[in-house]
Amino acid sequence: MKVLKDRIFKLFVIFCSLTSILPLLFIFFTIFKKGITSINLEFFISLPKPPGEIGGGILNAIVGTMLLLFFSSLISIPLGIFLGIFLYEFRYEKIGWFCNILIDVLQGIPSIVIGIVIYLWIVKKMEHFSAISGAFALSLIFLPIIIKTTKETFEMIPFSLIESSLALGATYPRSVIKVLLPCAINGILSGILVGFGRIAGETAPLLFTAFGNPFLNFNILKPVSSLPHLIFTYTMSPYENWHRKAWGCSLVLILFIFILNFISKFRLKRWKVKF
Amino acid sequence: MESEILKIENFSAGYSGLTVIKDINLSILKNKITAIMGPSGCGKTTLIRCINRMHELNREAFHKGNIYLDGEDIFEMNPVLLRRRIGMVFQKPNPFPHLTVYDNVLAGYIINGIKLKREEKDKIVEETLKKVVLWEEVKNKLHLKGTQLSGGQQQRLCIARVLALNPEIILFDEPTSSLDPKSTVEIENLLEQLKDTVTIIIVTHNISQASRIADYVAFLYLGELVEYGKSEKIFTTPENPKTEEYLSGKFG
Repeated sequence: MKVLKDRIFKLFVIFCSLTSILPLLFIFFTIFKKGITSINLEFFISLPKPPGEIGGGILNAIVGTMLLLFFSSLISIPLGIFLGIFLYEFRYEKIGWFCNILIDVLQGIPSIVIGIVIYLWIVKKMEHFSAISGAFALSLIFLPIIIKTTKETFEMIPFSLIESSLALGATYPRSVIKVLLPCAINGILSGILVGFGRIAGETAPLLFTAFGNPFLNFNILKPVSSLPHLIFTYTMSPYENWHRKAWGCSLVLILFIFILNFISKFRLKRWKVKF
Repeated sequence: MESEILKIENFSAGYSGLTVIKDINLSILKNKITAIMGPSGCGKTTLIRCINRMHELNREAFHKGNIYLDGEDIFEMNPVLLRRRIGMVFQKPNPFPHLTVYDNVLAGYIINGIKLKREEKDKIVEETLKKVVLWEEVKNKLHLKGTQLSGGQQQRLCIARVLALNPEIILFDEPTSSLDPKSTVEIENLLEQLKDTVTIIIVTHNISQASRIADYVAFLYLGELVEYGKSEKIFTTPENPKTEEYLSGKFG
């Protein structure tokens, strides 16, 4: 009887976990089936061609996404870690509590709203669309993710480590830089990778900032394309050829996010600091 | 020649409104092991955390009275420099997890940003690890992370990183309470050896441990110093009935 109960429960657990991953598997399968045919070397290294012609690739979108990721990291990572330390330091005080709530609110702002605000702040002032405005919009999404993971990782580190650093005659700032930060680096890195996955797939804030660009562009003051944006425009187009490109592009994007998550889960174990 | 290194005068301390230790007068002698004993919650740890000014890191902490290190008032010294002269070993072994065994010994220098030459580093690491009788065990494991050693080895590593800074006093906050009996004996033997060079103040609520290693014993009860004197005297003919009750296991 006990064994039977155990088996039934086990089956139930397996059933539940299967239903939870089933939608993901379906999405993966569909995108794979539709997208795999358009993926070849040319897809990665050439620029889009007009709707009628065969061939062409998404190099402009790949470069654009990389540019956007690079510049938004440049803005958010240092600032995010700094603010994370700040929040950790003031976690027992009113201001820390208040900032924490504000960060939660920032995280909850719909990305399209962030897009509009950046459009108003930067694009209107510059009088043209640009990669840098897109990077700013993405950083606003990226920033709270880094701040929160930094603070949460710090909170998991035993306070006794900082105490023993202080007891060795180190000043508080030095203890933070030399002990707290190196111990937390693993958590912060995984936060960054998860954040990358998140902003790599954002479309809405890029619609009125980075805007999209069918040509290869490395200038951050000019508009660039990006993977999700390219999917959006190609899917909205009436051309069959472009539809297939959009599927291929979706596959590339999903694989990219999948790999990032994979790295953050498995690879980081090797750098993990054990207490 | 017995000389006094630390003098605690009319000292009280606690946390916002709650006085944990009350009006303590104590002289610690140089190159001796002084054990601070007492039941849980009697303020032993608070007292030694005041000695290296770790107590005041708590925002609600307060203190009253004076502590003199070699005649200098510690509350007028720079706490950072004071803590390099008065080291501390904690209850749980806590080597820095991101540093190797080698770097853990040098942690005091690394964290403080003091640059050393390669030969100086090797010399400090070898000498200090020999002092804590860890060299033979870890000389081939210097590149491992500090946390990969066993519990007793980790605690000796923690003692090593304090010793590497050549402190005058080392405070031990129940250093063996999380260790197995074998490691405990090793640490106790180590303390006996170390007292030639440093003064040791150890908090313990293990009575037999105090009787084994201490030269002087201070007995604290409810934040007050009940009795202080040579260890033989306290353990054989305690003056205060409270001390006798504690030692015979009536409470604690």
